[in-house]
Amino acid sequence: MIRTAWLVLKKDLTVEVRSLEIAYTTLFFAVSCVLFFAFALVKEGKAPEDGAAGILWIAIAFGGTLALGRTFERERQSETLRALLMAPAARPAIYVGKLLGIVALLVAAEIILVPLVAFLFQAPLLSHPFWLGAVLLTGTLGFATVGTLFSAMLVRARSRDVLLPVLLYPITVPVIIAGVRATAALLQPDVELALVRFWVALLIALDVVFVTLALWTFEPLMTD
Amino acid sequence: MPKWFVPLAAVTALMFAASPFLIANAPYEATMGLVQKIFYYHLPSAWVFLLSAIVCGIASARFLFGGSPRQDRLAYAAAELTVLFGAIVLVTGPLWARKAWGVWWQWDVRLTSSLMGWMVAWAYLLVRKYGGPGSDKLAAGLALFGMANVPFVYISVNYWRTIHPATSVVPTLPVDMGVALWFAVACFLLLFVLLLRLRVYLEEQRARLDTLYLSLDE
Repeated sequence: MIRTAWLVLKKDLTVEVRSLEIAYTTLFFAVSCVLFFAFALVKEGKAPEDGAAGILWIAIAFGGTLALGRTFERERQSETLRALLMAPAARPAIYVGKLLGIVALLVAAEIILVPLVAFLFQAPLLSHPFWLGAVLLTGTLGFATVGTLFSAMLVRARSRDVLLPVLLYPITVPVIIAGVRATAALLQPDVELALVRFWVALLIALDVVFVTLALWTFEPLMTD
Repeated sequence: MPKWFVPLAAVTALMFAASPFLIANAPYEATMGLVQKIFYYHLPSAWVFLLSAIVCGIASARFLFGGSPRQDRLAYAAAELTVLFGAIVLVTGPLWARKAWGVWWQWDVRLTSSLMGWMVAWAYLLVRKYGGPGSDKLAAGLALFGMANVPFVYISVNYWRTIHPATSVVPTLPVDMGVALWFAVACFLLLFVLLLRLRVYLEEQRARLDTLYLSLDE
């Protein structure tokens, strides 16, 4: 089980490292998002309060959607998803491998996005690196859990590029609310760690529910 | 169609015709006056909205793990009704809020979770319509996640809003108001049952037509 997940993850990362296609396009798109918001919202060197938190999460969500779509488009074009599903391996393990690949990609993008947002919006994002890391990791995991499941299901659907955001955004609203609020709490002059801890706990609870549901439904959803 | 459909439809139509008189006769609420009357249609449609969302979620789960097309048709019909009654809730709510709170919209617990539920129902319908083959399962998965989401939206917005004073209108209703309200609730429940049955019937006919076409081809 763990070995299968690891093999799928290794395969995805190897393919990605050779071309870096998804990493570059996702990052470029997310950075463009951040820049647009910077043009629109930063006036005379002053950014609106809490703006950085929202924009960081918008960039992650939008970039994440792009990455999710591309990851499975690649599998579809070369018919490898079918091969993967036909392999004598547990379906949940395949799902976990895919999920970890996407989380790794998004975390890599965040490592660049966070300093960029902090720089453009003059936000003290890096003052509590541990808590920021916890918020980003749990939030990204929640987002990617739902995203991986839905984009895997959408591989066979028509107009899948349009439908992914339609499915993904309403479902991940609690993750985005919690992520934005936790990040905003971290940006306050005197950080209330109890508040941050509450949001992280909520994110962990969401992750647990989403991962359980996804592992439970991946099998019936991917069977014809 | 079942035998009870037409008589029940007639009864429901009569009840709906009667309900404005009952509502008009109910006493005026002291502080809000006329605008409070919206409440008699707002609350019942909100309950029916939640009910149909629950029906959709349960039917979807049963379809996903049981594979019965009947459950799928039920879920589809319920999702459409969720959108319909949700629309009534989301139109009547702000009309009332403008007068009572002074704003059209507030990011309050109820409002946010209702809007999210409504959006999930919309997403469900969009997937069904544009997803092509296999979209029935996809939509069922969506409905399942949508159901799991409700408590989280509730918790998160609740926590976030505790900083601000919440506008709580506790309905301690006098008898006249209660009668009008419960009558309206009965109206909306009957309407929901009728529409659901009608919509399922339509899907049944469609499925039958599909099998006929298939047998013609063979």
